[in-house]
Amino acid sequence: MFQIERKQELAKGTIIRFDLSAPKIAKKAKPGQFIILRVNETGERVPMTIADKDEFAGIITIIFQVVGKTTALMRSLKEGDLIKDVAGPLGKPAEIEKIGTVIMVGGGTGVAILHHVTKAFKNAGNHVIGIIGAREKDMIILENEMSSICDELIITTDDGSYGERGFVTLPLEKYLNERHDIKLVYAIGPIIMMKNVCALTKKYEMPTVVSLNPIMIDGTGMCGGCRVNVGNQTKFCCVDGPDFDGHQVDFDELEKRNSLYLKDEKDSLLFSIK
Amino acid sequence: MRIKDVKYLRFKTYLNAYCPHCNQSFNVDTINEKTLDFKAVYKKKKIDLRLSPYLDVFELEASVPVEKGDILDDLLCPYCSKSIVKKDFSCKECGTKAAEVIISADEKLIPFYLCLKYGCEWHGLSKADEKKIKLKIPRQDMPEQDQTLRIHNHQEVPYGYTSELALLEAGRCIQCKNPKCIDGCPVNIDIPGFISLVVEEKFDEAVKKIKERNILPAICGRVCPQENQCEEACVLGIKEKPVAIGRLERFVADFERKMELVKVPIINKNTGKKIAVVGSGPAGLTVAADMRQLGYSVTIFEALHETGGVLTYGIPEFRLPKSIVQFEINYLKEMGCRIELNHIIGATITVDELLENFNAVFIGVGAGLPTFMNIEGENLGNVFSSNEYLTRMNLMKAYKFPEYDTPMPKGENVTVIGGGNVAMDSARTAIRTGSDKVTIVYRRSRNELPAREEEVHHAEEEGIKFRLLTNPVRYLGTDDNRVKGMECIKMELGEPDNSGRRRPIPIEGSNFILDCDLVVIAVGTGPNPTIFQSTPDIKRNKWGYIEVNPDTNETSKEFVYAGGDIVTGSATVIQAMGAGRIASNAMHEKLSKIKK
Repeated sequence: MFQIERKQELAKGTIIRFDLSAPKIAKKAKPGQFIILRVNETGERVPMTIADKDEFAGIITIIFQVVGKTTALMRSLKEGDLIKDVAGPLGKPAEIEKIGTVIMVGGGTGVAILHHVTKAFKNAGNHVIGIIGAREKDMIILENEMSSICDELIITTDDGSYGERGFVTLPLEKYLNERHDIKLVYAIGPIIMMKNVCALTKKYEMPTVVSLNPIMIDGTGMCGGCRVNVGNQTKFCCVDGPDFDGHQVDFDELEKRNSLYLKDEKDSLLFSIK
Repeated sequence: MRIKDVKYLRFKTYLNAYCPHCNQSFNVDTINEKTLDFKAVYKKKKIDLRLSPYLDVFELEASVPVEKGDILDDLLCPYCSKSIVKKDFSCKECGTKAAEVIISADEKLIPFYLCLKYGCEWHGLSKADEKKIKLKIPRQDMPEQDQTLRIHNHQEVPYGYTSELALLEAGRCIQCKNPKCIDGCPVNIDIPGFISLVVEEKFDEAVKKIKERNILPAICGRVCPQENQCEEACVLGIKEKPVAIGRLERFVADFERKMELVKVPIINKNTGKKIAVVGSGPAGLTVAADMRQLGYSVTIFEALHETGGVLTYGIPEFRLPKSIVQFEINYLKEMGCRIELNHIIGATITVDELLENFNAVFIGVGAGLPTFMNIEGENLGNVFSSNEYLTRMNLMKAYKFPEYDTPMPKGENVTVIGGGNVAMDSARTAIRTGSDKVTIVYRRSRNELPAREEEVHHAEEEGIKFRLLTNPVRYLGTDDNRVKGMECIKMELGEPDNSGRRRPIPIEGSNFILDCDLVVIAVGTGPNPTIFQSTPDIKRNKWGYIEVNPDTNETSKEFVYAGGDIVTGSATVIQAMGAGRIASNAMHEKLSKIKK
């Protein structure tokens, strides 16, 4: 059993942060890695990227958006409540090295994960430019944390209610045009965002890493449910990823695979309300 | 065959005896007792004589006291009053005259002799005769759930033997002087030993006899491929069918559990040494139990949230109820083994870190990486690896969706690729989700199906179709990326390949389309690399399986042992247990020499 040490609502009650007590995982977790959790006996196994960790306090942080049955259930949990199973850290850590200037692009809850990787890039001595976007002002998360890490930070909202109006690709394109010292783009967010970012950076032949979040069950390479098509090869996101060369990823396939259970998700949610 | 129709003769055999003249039965069946009733002449008086119909008891009871050693003058049929004493024939033991009755054994009528001397236990059958008759008892089937009902539930299919059937089956064992079955068993259970205890109705002692070598009889009795192991070696199998050793094993284990006779064994004095077992499947559980009993403190690390490994996530409920798996694991807990769930060795803790805290490590992580065929359309929706499909259904209990949160994959027209036990399990699981049609597509012919005959038989009974000599070439998808069919090619069999089976060869131009809306790929598994990423010094072969010293099962890294599928590739539960046994013996030997 894993205790929720701290719970915080980050945006409008839809994006929530948990600090979980998981000392063994905290000791090992590296940026880019994830855990699998199962809330209770009847729960499903859900992958959650580790958004931060405190090795000494034995804490790992996860940030999630309420989208379905499990996340709705998690929102109902309070500080001090227990989560039945947490396993990890899983997946390969993000490759962090000093390469110069990197642009970190995050959308929605993707910023939560991005923040952990950004910190690592900064600590490795890179010049870090952050671009974070959301639908509207209230959905922007971790702005303070990101601005304290990033050398430069741009915020965009789809409706223009905060920061620049439009998608993250606009400021990204501007940077790619203006600055020629950029070595890497790292993008985490909704599939459509990562797809657009990759389409853009491909034009500039700019190496781009994306962090994928397909449907998983065990998270240890056993089921193959998380398979993604990368450069026409099938990869298991849980053991080969979650980070991949964004220019090689078949995002359309991933999007379709991720929407396979939307109806079941709805049924499950309705069943739980009944 | 109904039990009451079975005529047989064995230790504790119930005799059906008939008069050789009028063919009336001597058997009298009342609520209180069963007897064979005769008339007799004793000291020139007519008396009633009752004989126990059980061959081993064989006690006589007379209406006037008969002294032991006295000889009856005559023995008569109570119905036709004719003498049944056989002329020119005498007891082979004491030379007294003997009476002849007719008994039926396996629907054959044979003469059976009774010595007229009271107390003489000679019954007119030589050992050779007895063996001959035993051979004629047919192998007993287990009663099972009706095939039309069982496809609507996930309960276990066979109910198991009743004690009556078990006695009958155990009676078939001829107790060979030089039993081959023991060598056929990967953990060398004393099979004739436990069967003779079954014959004596000492079911609890029988299961203890098995447990000397195998701690998981309820599981092995269900899932071992006995037909390739102990039962293959059984000499009865040469002319008839072998003794159903697995079914008897299952019977005594279930008996022990249901009668609550399971007792924690005596644990040796604490050695002060610690063992880490990685993986809670059959190999790991064996090592844990062995080492714990020898007095080591044992911790089992399991990556998933439930113990049992393949027994839990792979084998379906209707073939191996999860309550039985958990019962066996509780037994280990009661012995004092610690279990750490959600610990992925290689990620949460590395093998090197384990070695800092434990004297030895056993790796029994299985072969859990699913194999795909790398053909077009394999990433379409509703195309699953058998691992994913079965994990969803068994481990995550998706068949209880939405009570359980994991969605249940469901198709009207399901195709399973492969011919092994996992393919049968997947197909039989699918038919239980209410699919209209479930088809197994296999590239060789029925003779080459690697699945157990019993499983194939069950699958056929349940209405699963077989498309043999067929292989998928690519999958076709709908607009929303779900599978809607597959292009197949027909195959023919060529020369035998390395596996000894005839190699399937595609027939050019024989392609055709098979409609389906759910595909399960069950074409094998490989080793999962997770544990090795942090431990590159464990030597592995070219397929990624661990190389071990076959005498000790120690790996190239000292104090690290391995066994089960991670060494051999996909094999059986009992083979994994056998490998665990080798490792625990070697571990104990090595650690005993080392001072703490």
